Amino acid sequence: MTVRKKTTQFGRVKKAPENYVSKDLFADVAENGMDETRRGFLRKSFLTALGAAATGGVVGSVDAAEGEKVILEKQSWQTTLGQPVAARPYGMPSQWEAALQRRESPGLTRVSAASVAFAPLQGFFGIITPSGLHFERHHQGWYDIDPAQHRLMINGLVKEEKVFTMDDLMRLPAVSRIHFIECGANTGLEWGNVAVPSVQYTHGMLSCCEFTGVPLSTLLDMCGADLKKGKYILAEGGDGSGMTRTIPMDAALKDVLVCWAMNGEMLRPENGYPLRLVVPGIQGVSWVKWLRRLEVGDMPYASKDEAVHYIDLLPNGLHRQYTTIQECKSVITTPSGGQQLLDKGFYNITGLAWSGRGKIKNVDISVDGGNNWKRARLETPVLSKAVTRFNMDWTWDGSPAILMSRATDETGYVQPMIKQLREVRGTRSIYHNNSIQAWKLDVNGELSNVQVG
Amino acid sequence: MYKLANPLMRKLLLVGVLLSFSTLSLAQAKYEGIGRQATKDEVAAWDIDVRPDFKGLPKGSGTTARGQEVWESRCASCHGTFGESNEVFTPIVGGTTKEDMQTGRVASLTNPKQPQRTTLMKVATVSTLWDYIHRAMPWNAPRTLTVDDTYAVLGYVLSMAEIVPDDFTLSDQNIAEVQKLMPNRNGMTQSHGLWNEGGKPDVKATACMSDCSKHVTIGSTLPDYARNAHDNLALQNRSFGAFRGADTSKPPANKLPEKGGFVLTSAGAESVTPAGLFKKHNCATCHAPASRAIGPAISEIAAKYKGQADAMKKLNQKVKLGGAGVWGAIPMPPHAHVPDGDIDTLVRWVLTGQ
Repeated sequence: MTVRKKTTQFGRVKKAPENYVSKDLFADVAENGMDETRRGFLRKSFLTALGAAATGGVVGSVDAAEGEKVILEKQSWQTTLGQPVAARPYGMPSQWEAALQRRESPGLTRVSAASVAFAPLQGFFGIITPSGLHFERHHQGWYDIDPAQHRLMINGLVKEEKVFTMDDLMRLPAVSRIHFIECGANTGLEWGNVAVPSVQYTHGMLSCCEFTGVPLSTLLDMCGADLKKGKYILAEGGDGSGMTRTIPMDAALKDVLVCWAMNGEMLRPENGYPLRLVVPGIQGVSWVKWLRRLEVGDMPYASKDEAVHYIDLLPNGLHRQYTTIQECKSVITTPSGGQQLLDKGFYNITGLAWSGRGKIKNVDISVDGGNNWKRARLETPVLSKAVTRFNMDWTWDGSPAILMSRATDETGYVQPMIKQLREVRGTRSIYHNNSIQAWKLDVNGELSNVQVG
Repeated sequence: MYKLANPLMRKLLLVGVLLSFSTLSLAQAKYEGIGRQATKDEVAAWDIDVRPDFKGLPKGSGTTARGQEVWESRCASCHGTFGESNEVFTPIVGGTTKEDMQTGRVASLTNPKQPQRTTLMKVATVSTLWDYIHRAMPWNAPRTLTVDDTYAVLGYVLSMAEIVPDDFTLSDQNIAEVQKLMPNRNGMTQSHGLWNEGGKPDVKATACMSDCSKHVTIGSTLPDYARNAHDNLALQNRSFGAFRGADTSKPPANKLPEKGGFVLTSAGAESVTPAGLFKKHNCATCHAPASRAIGPAISEIAAKYKGQADAMKKLNQKVKLGGAGVWGAIPMPPHAHVPDGDIDTLVRWVLTGQ
């Protein structure tokens, strides 16, 4: 038996009749505990209170105190023995989080070994992507390679062509950096028109993690790379697709890392265990997984994934080749397409902004389809070539709204509308769609994906 | 692939290395004992890339007749007999003309209604195709084609596209000539701002703050048929917190749900198959189907309690409250958090397999 004065209202619980237990009796029970005499008083108090409230239509158990069951009744997790330590030696998310998973977009690809699993951005907080929810993109399936059997070779325009084991690499001075990785085809389904319902599928080829590894410049230095002639690096994966991408030497020397760790543990197999390239600000395909070889050369390589795939068709029939930088972009992740508001009132509009050219300077938010904008709060840390979390207070009055976010990076570049991109690149470009995303909120509280203008 | 042109060059370089030993980078000396020199054979084994200038292309040749044999046995099941299949991958052959071969630009790419781009409509460099096939094909058995068969298959593909004659022999000697016939060889541009850092963006938006667009128009919305095409979004969002997922298995509601008015019984529910429950409740941490792990195998439990009338009840209690002493020193912990119905299902499954 619990005696409790009702002070707050939860959900649809009806308000309790006030003061149905006298203060004296409450103090008496609190001090001396419950016995039959006091119980009798309490019953009478309830009956009186119920009588008084009868016309108000209060329905409830005579025996129960007023309030929520989860508070008034003991729950099984309070009355039984919990799980022991290390019951799950590798911790897993709560069973209640099962809705948030990497998912494929039906019909997008034809073979699941060369496909995409999108990250559930609608459920993320902060800036770090949990390792198990990092988006997946493989070109010929993934492997879980024995690190003892993995080698990194550096060859080409170097004084000494070298081989490194994982033992070698992990002895070198490591750095840890937080960076976003975005597939060049992220939002690619939306060039022509709205095609997918939620932020998971419009923007879910985006993740942001802390990566640990050795700067590529250190390895190139160790091999004596010819930086005069060697203007390009070819990075090659150890998978069946033998993923190969060209990286300009300037970028390679600046901030590219050869990484073995992600979010404090070794890379996940789906993300290239035991070694991948991290190329900050550059589209994900260049972050070669299962990295086995780096070649220093004097011209771009026109590999399959830079001469057949990952090329951007322009209206004049030309393809742009080696489009790699991920320009400034943002998206509201909640509330977002396919989500449902239950009621009017206060909400936090939140989302992610990022730029392949540096730090995010501002994010502006519109709730009227882009007519008026307000500056959002940027949460720290605001890091170069990492996602930045933004927030804005908002009270929904129940009328239709169109929510949009617009990011500006430190170079002054402003995220464009899809219309502006189409004017230059047409609608068949597939890659590098960094346009402003709009979510339409209807009076029924449901949000949907729309394009404005 | 980048190889030093000849032995003389190599010797000269070696002399150069020796002469400049004192100026060798600090890193080489600093990280002593880390990494080793690659052997010539190791580099040859891994350095398989072929560049547009054909550096790295191995000597060899293959006829279209041989190419057809390889194609039909190793390639056609995915790509179609004529390289035109759109079933497993996008088509390789089609959409190019004799005129395109003259201009080096595939004209149909300018047609915004062109439904699909084949590989040969896109690719500008024949080296890419050689490298692609040799590196990553066949799809399920990459790097199993010989050098000569790679030439043969590539020659056959080009003959299907009518870029080379039907009786062609492609080789390292004539591939540069074939490059001059590639239908989209002039179809690539690198003049854009997305390649080098500091590249100039191709759009310039402004950050207007007020009265930016008085007449907001919606240009595109999600078609009704696509509402549930990615399955029910209610099941792809938390069932608590600031927002729910919209129940896309139904048409949009006609009013606001308000608090407590949005009930989705299946939200977050996992599969209720016994195997699903076994996984969900982490039984597999200790129990395996047929072998002893931390706890007894399922088969062992089933055998021990076979024919016992009260087995269901007994095991039900053991799962719920825990037990010790039957199978060894490690006790079975209590599982009071597992719903009774789930325990019933699991125990029945352990005992009967159903």
